[in-house]
This record gives sequence, structure tokens and C-alpha cells, in this order.
Amino acid sequence: MHTENPAEVSGASTMTFGKVWVALLVLTGVEVFLAYEQLPTLIMLVSFLGLSIVKAAMIIAYFMHLKFERFSLFLTLFPMLILCILLMFISMPDSQRLLHMRPPQ
Amino acid sequence: MSEVNAAEMTTSVWSGGASPYAVDSKKFGMWLFIISDALTFSALLIAYTYVRLSSPQWPTPFHFFPSIVFSSIMTFCLLSSSLTMVMAVHAMSHGNRKSTVRWILATMAGGLAFVVLHATEWRNLIVNEHMTTRGNEWNEPLFGGTFFALTGLHMTHVILGVIYLGVIAFAVSRGKFKAIDVEVSGLYWHFVDLVWMFIFPMVYLLSAKL
Repeated sequence: MHTENPAEVSGASTMTFGKVWVALLVLTGVEVFLAYEQLPTLIMLVSFLGLSIVKAAMIIAYFMHLKFERFSLFLTLFPMLILCILLMFISMPDSQRLLHMRPPQ
Repeated sequence: MSEVNAAEMTTSVWSGGASPYAVDSKKFGMWLFIISDALTFSALLIAYTYVRLSSPQWPTPFHFFPSIVFSSIMTFCLLSSSLTMVMAVHAMSHGNRKSTVRWILATMAGGLAFVVLHATEWRNLIVNEHMTTRGNEWNEPLFGGTFFALTGLHMTHVILGVIYLGVIAFAVSRGKFKAIDVEVSGLYWHFVDLVWMFIFPMVYLLSAKL
């Protein structure tokens, strides 16, 4: 709920922000570790995307205070954003068609 | 119109009398900008992934040193600057302007360190790996084009963010601006950090030289 004082709006202590920062650093370390594990590209892609989404959610929820705003703000902004991003993936299967159309080098 | 109706008009959400989101208009404006900018970066990242998947031999030019080490330190700089920005917002909400300015300056230092390291990384790719926006040694010209477009747009956002924070810090030190202004600038800075959380693994780590 919004008040005049942003400290009340945030609803989180500085200790919580510190914990989020540490968690973000740990997840980044996991990503760097995974990069040298020689996994198949698709598994790497999905892993990195999943970890990035978790990190983005933590930044949005805590650092950007969205967790402590009204739910109506989230509903107005994010479902539309997610839908638009998902629609962009429509073109992705075409990349595989293009791959097989390339002349051998 | 009776007085009762007039009172309803200024308090009812559906009559426009109160904000349905209970946030300041500046903050809501920044959120709308962030959503539109997120779509821009999403389009660029998806275009990069499209080009990568359609290429049989995508280059992996990022050596552990300097590229991966530098980009990891850059990630650390941005994440730490987000924490210092949160502390700046916290200090300003408690009316401590001196502390707010110090935290914002620390945030700017993190942003500047990011830009310097990124410029060094670009220089390494251009001078040592002979990579340009139109060609490279791996015969995959779109790699340079998409890489420089994506990271260049992000670096521009970081540079503009540092300037924005500088203006805010200067105004706060002069006794101007309210807590909401610092909070809104913080939203922008966290968004810049958030975008890098996608660019770092999708561009650098997926093309690391093993």
C-alpha cells in the first residue's frame, strides 16, 4: 500500500536487500560454472534463461519494490509484457529452416 | 451535482478520483518507460538468438581472460551498484541527504567501472580479434552486428544512467528533489542492471571459448 514515506512502501529491511544481493551473486557464479560444463547448447540456453528469469524476478520484486506495490500495478504492466515477449518467439522456428537452407561451406 | 456526489467523484477509483495503483505519477511513468524499453531489449536479444540458431558455426571468441573475467567483474559492479542504489533510496526516505548523495556516488562509481571495463573488452575484440560490425575472422558477420548493437545499446543506457544519477545527486546535495525522485532514478538503474542479467549469460557465457 502506498504511503508518503518510501521506506514504508519498500516493506523490506536493508538486511533483506543484502541477502538478495548475495543470492544474485551466487546465481551469477552458478552461471559461470555452468558455462564451462560443456553441456548441450539447448540445455545451456534453457538453464541460463531460467536463472536469468529468477534473477530478474528478484531484482524486480525487491530492488524495484514491486513486491510491495499494489497487485493491480503488476497486473497492468507484466502480463502484457510477457505476452509480447512470447509472441516474439514465433519467429524462432524459422531460424532452424534458415539453418538447413544455408549452402555448405 | 450534490455535495455528496462531488465527494464520491474525488474519492472513487472508478470515477478517477483516486489512483488505482497508489503510486506517484512519476513512478508510474518510469514503469511505463521500463516496460517499453524491456520490449526493445527483448527484441534485440531474440534477434541475436535467432541469428545464432540459424548459424551452423557460431563463433566463440570469449576467452576466460580477459572476456569472461571482465564480464563477470562487470556483473559484480552492476549488482553492487544496485545495492548501493537501494541504500540511497533508503537513506533519502529517512531524510538523510548527505548519506543519499554518498550512496548515489557509490552507484555512479559502479556504473563508471562497468563502462571502463566494457570499453576495454570492446577494444580487445576490435584490436585483437579483428571484430567489426560488418565482418570478422570467423566468417559470421552478423555476430559482430548483433553483438555491438545489443551491448552498445546497453552501454548507452548505463552512460545515460550515470549522468541521470549525477543530476539527482547534485540536486539532492543542494536540498532539492524529494524521496520519490531518488526512487524513480533507482527504478531506471535497477532496470539497466536487470537487462545485463540476460545479456551476460546469453551473449558472453554461451559463446565462451572452452
